Amino acid sequence: MEITTGWYLVLGALLFVIGGTGLLIRRNPLVMLMCVELMLNGVNLSFVAFSRTLGDIGGQTVVFFVLVVAAAEVVVGLGLVVAILRRQPGATADDLSALKG
Amino acid sequence: MVDTLVFAAAALMCLAGALGVVLARNPVHSALMLVMTLFGIAVQFVAQEAHFLAAVQVIVYAGAIVVLFLFVIMLLGVDRAQSLEMSFLPIQKWAALLFAAGSLAIIAALILAVGEPVTGAEAVGGSVGTTDDVRLLAHSLFSDYVYAFELTSLLLVIAVIGAVVLVRKPRKAETLALEDGGDA
Repeated sequence: MEITTGWYLVLGALLFVIGGTGLLIRRNPLVMLMCVELMLNGVNLSFVAFSRTLGDIGGQTVVFFVLVVAAAEVVVGLGLVVAILRRQPGATADDLSALKG
Repeated sequence: MVDTLVFAAAALMCLAGALGVVLARNPVHSALMLVMTLFGIAVQFVAQEAHFLAAVQVIVYAGAIVVLFLFVIMLLGVDRAQSLEMSFLPIQKWAALLFAAGSLAIIAALILAVGEPVTGAEAVGGSVGTTDDVRLLAHSLFSDYVYAFELTSLLLVIAVIGAVVLVRKPRKAETLALEDGGDA
């Protein structure tokens, strides 16, 4: 059995959906950020699969940018989580419905 | 045959890790499961001849981002096991299940309907498939996408400044300085 592009796309879609479901059902803000990383990785896998299938390096370039943006997103997101949990220890996403401290 | 085995093993790693991230009760276990998924993805990148991206995936994701997660978990001491019994809105679980089933169905239908997704479009950024993906990627990055590349440096500076401002100890130093100034 040969591994075609479709298999990579299916794997990327599964990762995206697992990450999205986790983002919806978990309440720990740290785990929610990890689920966002899962979603980004699923999309990255699709980009690389298309890049190879179409013979276009542009897909890999986009993945490079996604990596940079994901790093920036994690830095700012974890900064927010630290700032919130320092004020309100043990806060979950449900406790953050009001933005006012 | 080897391709199939590599794909199956790495896909199993990815999916098991992803489920582990979502289902683990302890955030530390979630972070470690995330490492497993990221390594699986790196293997898939190597299998698709994206060697540079595989290296960057391991260095940046597993080496930096997950370590950052673990640092924050340790710093905040939130590594207690948290019950998965989620007392959220009554609709939320069903909405999440609906999202999962719906998006999976849509994506699967699209992939099956398109079949082999080769459109015959011309490559614009240079062809891949040779082993020289680093040179091709560098050429693409510093010619076609050079403005985007420069903008990412701006983005990273903003992220660093934002993180420092957010995590700074709130106000204690400021008020002290203000009182000192007022007294003097």
